[in-house]
Amino acid sequence: MPEAKEPNPEFTRKVIEGGGKTVNLCFQCGTCTGSCPSGRQTAFRVRKLVRRAQLGFEEDVLPSDDLWLCTTCFTCYERCPRGVEIVDVIMALRNMAVRKGHMAEPHRKVAELISKTGHLVTLRDEDKALRSKLGLQGTPPTVFSDPKAQEEVKKIAVLCGFDKLVQTGGK
Amino acid sequence: MAKYGFFLGCIMPLRYPGIESSSREVFNSLGVEIVDMQGASCCPAPGVMRSFDQTYWMSVAARNLAIAEKMGVDIVTICNGCFDTLFEVAHKLNHDPEMRKKVNKILKDATGMEYNGTVNVRHFVELLYRDVGVEAIRAKAKGGRNMKAAVHYGCHFLKPSNIKKIDDAERPHVFDDIVEAAGLTSVAYKDKGMCCGAGGGVRARTPDVALKMTKENLTNMKNAGADVIVDCCPFCHLQYDAGQAALKGEFAIPVLHLMQVLGLAFGLPKEKLGLEVHQTKVNL
Repeated sequence: MPEAKEPNPEFTRKVIEGGGKTVNLCFQCGTCTGSCPSGRQTAFRVRKLVRRAQLGFEEDVLPSDDLWLCTTCFTCYERCPRGVEIVDVIMALRNMAVRKGHMAEPHRKVAELISKTGHLVTLRDEDKALRSKLGLQGTPPTVFSDPKAQEEVKKIAVLCGFDKLVQTGGK
Repeated sequence: MAKYGFFLGCIMPLRYPGIESSSREVFNSLGVEIVDMQGASCCPAPGVMRSFDQTYWMSVAARNLAIAEKMGVDIVTICNGCFDTLFEVAHKLNHDPEMRKKVNKILKDATGMEYNGTVNVRHFVELLYRDVGVEAIRAKAKGGRNMKAAVHYGCHFLKPSNIKKIDDAERPHVFDDIVEAAGLTSVAYKDKGMCCGAGGGVRARTPDVALKMTKENLTNMKNAGADVIVDCCPFCHLQYDAGQAALKGEFAIPVLHLMQVLGLAFGLPKEKLGLEVHQTKVNL
């Protein structure tokens, strides 16, 4: 039989500092798992994820695919009888996971697009044509129409280290 | 009524511009004055961007909020994702002075602006319900079609309800009331209120899982005899529209954003709704 794992309060403290401040309120009732639309389709169990975060089982949590099956629908957050802000716990864990290099390529691409252009969707010729046909400005009046504004958004990415994070994939 | 900065986001102006043209017409005919927020960006999306780096997520959102403050307007969005980011970030920055200081330092260095906590962020359904009123909408909706609508609230319009305080998150009615004022019948269906499947980066990372959730919703909507799906978020809109195409003919329920439904009801010509980009054919 494998040895029982030791809790790691240091990791739990990082979860709390990262925004998951209510993580320790969980008493494992399972209302979250029973409410989870993603868990209906997959083996993702919110209750287990929260327990592992409480115990500080970093190696079980950060590399796991389950962490990325939450749609952030807030149903568990709404129904939790202990007021655990579960989405905030998951966001804290995801922020740590990407810094350990656990970043899926499709996500990295979306993040790269916004860090470079300020939008997460591209402007294609057919979009401009349809916009004009509908009586809208061909290029929307956003960062796409304003190079100075686009530079500002890029600068925020640099100041936060977000540009490097998405270039290197956190590795 | 106040003047509103119309926050466009990404998916509406770039993939479903018919929602934008409908929104502009509908706001105009209801006397809601909107102005463009020049140089605004992605909100940024609460899925991937918040998952990756919450400081970056808040700083870019704070820039969008600061643009509205500089213009002296409140913000209105027609997207649950944009609403969630802008509302939640404003809330966090208003209640966490340390975080506000940190984000404002980044914002000032990058743009010269600061977020001051003076802007209100409104979701258009809530704004129509509270400020315009259901009766004013009913009075204008002469062209409403008598269709059975599966109303999809999505997640981030009402939730987290402890800070948004718009309607009961489990049994809401504000969106249904507007759809009915537009002449449609809102049908009850199983698990109404469930996520479309797209959020949180699930659509981008595991599209098969997202589609399973979408299919469950579509099955429940079909069983309730829905003629049309009415959403209030371009991302849910995309998931139902493209999702039905991916399910290859299992379903054929047209998907309309509430602004397109209201546009039709207010007599806007169909050509103004941009329906040609919908992957699930809209025969109305």
